[in-house]
Amino acid sequence: MNKIYSINGPVIKIKDSTDFQIMEMVHVGEKKLLGEVISMSKEYTVIQVYESTTGLKPGEPVYGTGEPISLDLGPGLIGNIFDGIQRPLTAISKTDGNFIVPGTNVKALDESKIWDVLFACKKGDNLSHGDVFAYVQESELIIHRLLVPQGKSGLVETVKKDGKYKITDELVEIVDEFSVKHSLTMVQRWPIKKSRPFSRRLTLSVPLISGQRVIDTLFPIAKGGTAAVPGGFGTGKTMMQHQFAKWCDADIIVYIGCGERGNEMTQTLEEFKDLVDPKSGKPLIERTILIANTSNMPVAAREASIYTGITMAEYYRDMGYHVAVMADSTSRWAEALREISGRLEEMPAEEGFPAYLPSRLSQFYERAGYVKTLNDAEGSVSIVGAISPQGADFSEPVTQNTKRFVRCFWALDKELAYTRHYSAINWNLSYSEYVGDLSKWFNKNVGVNFIQDRQKLIAILAEENKLMEIVKLIGEDVLPDDQKLVLQISKVIRVGYLQQNAFHKDDTFVPLKKQLLMMEIILYLYKRAQYIVKQGFAFSLLTSTGIFEKIIKIKYDIPNDKLSMFDDYYKMIDESLNSIR
Amino acid sequence: MKLQYIGLNEIKGPLVFIDNVRGIAFEEVLEIKLNNGEIRHGRVVEIDDNLAAVLVFEGTNELSLNNTTAKFLGHPMEIGVSKEVLGRMFSGLGSPIDGLGPIYVEKTLDINGLPLNPVAREYPRNYINTGISSIDGLTTLIRGQKLPIFSGAGLPHNELAVQIVKQAKIADKKGEEFCIVFAAMGVKNDVADFFKRSFEEAGVLEKVVMFLNLSNDPIIERLIAPKCALTTAEYLAYEKGMHVLVILTDMTSYCEALREFSSSKGEIPGRKGYPGYLYSELASLYERAGIVKDSKGSVTQIPILTMPNDDITHPIPDLTGYITEGQIVLSRELHQKGVYPPVGVLPSLSRLMKDGIGQGYTRDDHQDLMNQLYASYARVMDARSLASVIGEDELSGIDKKYIQFGNLFEKHYLNQNSNQNRSIEETLDLGWSLLSVLPKSELDRVDEKLVDEFYNQEKAFREFQIDDKIVIHKEAM
Repeated sequence: MNKIYSINGPVIKIKDSTDFQIMEMVHVGEKKLLGEVISMSKEYTVIQVYESTTGLKPGEPVYGTGEPISLDLGPGLIGNIFDGIQRPLTAISKTDGNFIVPGTNVKALDESKIWDVLFACKKGDNLSHGDVFAYVQESELIIHRLLVPQGKSGLVETVKKDGKYKITDELVEIVDEFSVKHSLTMVQRWPIKKSRPFSRRLTLSVPLISGQRVIDTLFPIAKGGTAAVPGGFGTGKTMMQHQFAKWCDADIIVYIGCGERGNEMTQTLEEFKDLVDPKSGKPLIERTILIANTSNMPVAAREASIYTGITMAEYYRDMGYHVAVMADSTSRWAEALREISGRLEEMPAEEGFPAYLPSRLSQFYERAGYVKTLNDAEGSVSIVGAISPQGADFSEPVTQNTKRFVRCFWALDKELAYTRHYSAINWNLSYSEYVGDLSKWFNKNVGVNFIQDRQKLIAILAEENKLMEIVKLIGEDVLPDDQKLVLQISKVIRVGYLQQNAFHKDDTFVPLKKQLLMMEIILYLYKRAQYIVKQGFAFSLLTSTGIFEKIIKIKYDIPNDKLSMFDDYYKMIDESLNSIR
Repeated sequence: MKLQYIGLNEIKGPLVFIDNVRGIAFEEVLEIKLNNGEIRHGRVVEIDDNLAAVLVFEGTNELSLNNTTAKFLGHPMEIGVSKEVLGRMFSGLGSPIDGLGPIYVEKTLDINGLPLNPVAREYPRNYINTGISSIDGLTTLIRGQKLPIFSGAGLPHNELAVQIVKQAKIADKKGEEFCIVFAAMGVKNDVADFFKRSFEEAGVLEKVVMFLNLSNDPIIERLIAPKCALTTAEYLAYEKGMHVLVILTDMTSYCEALREFSSSKGEIPGRKGYPGYLYSELASLYERAGIVKDSKGSVTQIPILTMPNDDITHPIPDLTGYITEGQIVLSRELHQKGVYPPVGVLPSLSRLMKDGIGQGYTRDDHQDLMNQLYASYARVMDARSLASVIGEDELSGIDKKYIQFGNLFEKHYLNQNSNQNRSIEETLDLGWSLLSVLPKSELDRVDEKLVDEFYNQEKAFREFQIDDKIVIHKEAM
């Protein structure tokens, strides 16, 4: 019998035991708190406990389970909310009340619920790992494809009839080459820290469209890609993650609230139940899995929550879905690593973070990708990770190390947030390395000029940035008219294009077609106005026409389904500029 | 019969080590009796087989290795509560210090609390009318929110907190029960006295529970005080259905105490010597605000912290800002200009206001108006920094207009008397009057319909007694 020897916060030690393996899941104490073995020597086995250790005594038993921390994967994940170690929060609130009591032992997936199963195999079929053997309508939006778990393959011996089953019922029996029988149910287990296998990686060439102009146009992310969103507090990280989760064109969203605010998770939960997916007309919760490990929940479970989320995402990827993972925030996860590392008295590297921070970060982000699955479907996992840099200083270790492993960097800016310019993505600091890979898709599917127009927009903004240096020193009035025009058109781009109102019914999500038309009309206005300025007319004549304000308001005034109205605006530009002559 | 342990193994700062203990639990509390009869309290912070590290709340002065008897109490740190706590004053450990004797205990609760299940939370939507324009109009306080005041030494954060308490109670409707839990951590005696006097003057003293840990009290008590206060607040809110406003001051002293404790325990320090778990520790306090679905009460928190050297990137305000739902930042510059309350508008923010204002809560135009005021005031800052380089006379017409707007905004909107209670309509109308000083074309954040309804330049000029000589487009003439 293994007994607790010492307790220090979430870290406990066992003396003189060789019964455990590294990363094994254990149950600690009389309350059977969940824990994981993190290091061992001949003398001590060190365990981190995922729940509060208050009240634990030395001498209480520790039970091994023989397997690493794993998830139950099966129907019932979608639309549900879990904590960092897959305890179902709704079910827990029914059994334990409003507060989360340590040692609750509620099953992750509801075993009493009955699902309609349609079988995809028949007697004599040869099934191997990753093949689809049945279908379950999991939510109104998602058909759950039941996959043969790893280590099981062979010829189908018996198949139940299509009908209603519980997740633990035996559905199919297969016999492998050694004549060993395996029965398949709807649930399979998978360790959270191990990535799930696939056939091969594919090139990233399709964008993940979010309807947010500054992202789609300026800094697009590919399906299967990775992006980081760093920003100080109050710059709108969470708001941006919410917008992305609501509108991006992934099939499934896994939203991980890692060490964040309780009220925010409640809001996400409520909002996703009410909000309707624009493509299907069904509530967004029907395609969403929420992982909530708020800042006051145990720190070790916070560390696990990121892996829990990404493992669920991979599971749905293997069914051939496009999954987007929102991790808010990876800094809290890194801090959990630091906290535990401190308790283990490891030698700290930069700012107290453990030296293995970069390798852990890369392991996480490398689980993203666009793949050919084992059953020959295509699926992807994209990751958008928020970073909360200390003191909004991007040179801190988490931001810097993350930058090495992501290819999109959406830097949120305090100054922009102060002026309530949302999304506060700073166009001078942000970048996307996917533009080259995706340009072919954009030009083919949106319009041949898309990438070219985007480049023009960026050039104007860069020019403005340069001019602002001068303006800050000597004021705007002394600039020549053509440079004043650059500032004016930049304002149109900033206010009329980049700034986007999440609370406006049309502006909260903008289709790519409208994004292109908006870019084109702004560039047309610029070209015409440049001509007027060249002819020597006073700049004030241009501004007094009010045309710039009109173009800024296009985002509100032209509904997303009435794009033909752009023609009127071209006429309006022509008329008001012709009137100058 | 409980075992008692005579003598100690080692004394190190606030920690003592007791050897050969049996069957004690992590975080269990104990009583340490000195030879002179004095009783101190402690908590187990680490156990190594039969060696327990114990944190002594009252400090280890006068302890020696052999003059003590320790008795473990078999439970974690608890506090006794009942409705009788209202109007009483307690020490940081929760024992009465007002000379009125012990309270009747209805229930004893673990002060560490448990994390609230996000599913059981109700998303906060009801706004609290504080009567202060800069808060109601721009950083609206919502019932169930945690909204800290980031201040600096010498700024009037205490006055502001008291004003919120005084005026917020009046806004409460339908006779719902309202009370205040006040926890002082390491504050000076006269500051604690100021709060007490102010509560008395406002006539709310019988609705206040005070937990006092003054600056010369032991630091470990300081780590316990906010937990006692929040446990009491949760009891009053979730079991007695009251709306509780918790004021925690000063969070900076709390964090300093935590650093002192951590270093005496020999832990590896994180940023600026604070322990790596400062974030988790702060979160375990701040997250104890909110509303629970099946209860009508709420816990709203206003923690006050003084930013060392007015530095908002210091770990304490930084980590706080990442946990709380916004912040009210006081500005030394405005204070020096004589503006009260000196709320630095741009860095201040209320994250929950977007769902608690507008139609059905305050007024339709609130959201747009707020965005416009923020945007315009940000522009004022640009104009001012330009003016400091090239001089105000050289500014363009529109920049001059903004400077004028900025001055009026600070003088009339931000500035108000410490007992002036403005209604939400007054605050919103005042905002529109100020915006009306600017040319109509500058209002790019508001709906045109609202501009037509509320924009009135003539009235604004009369109201602020300005005659308009600033020409916007010089070139156009």
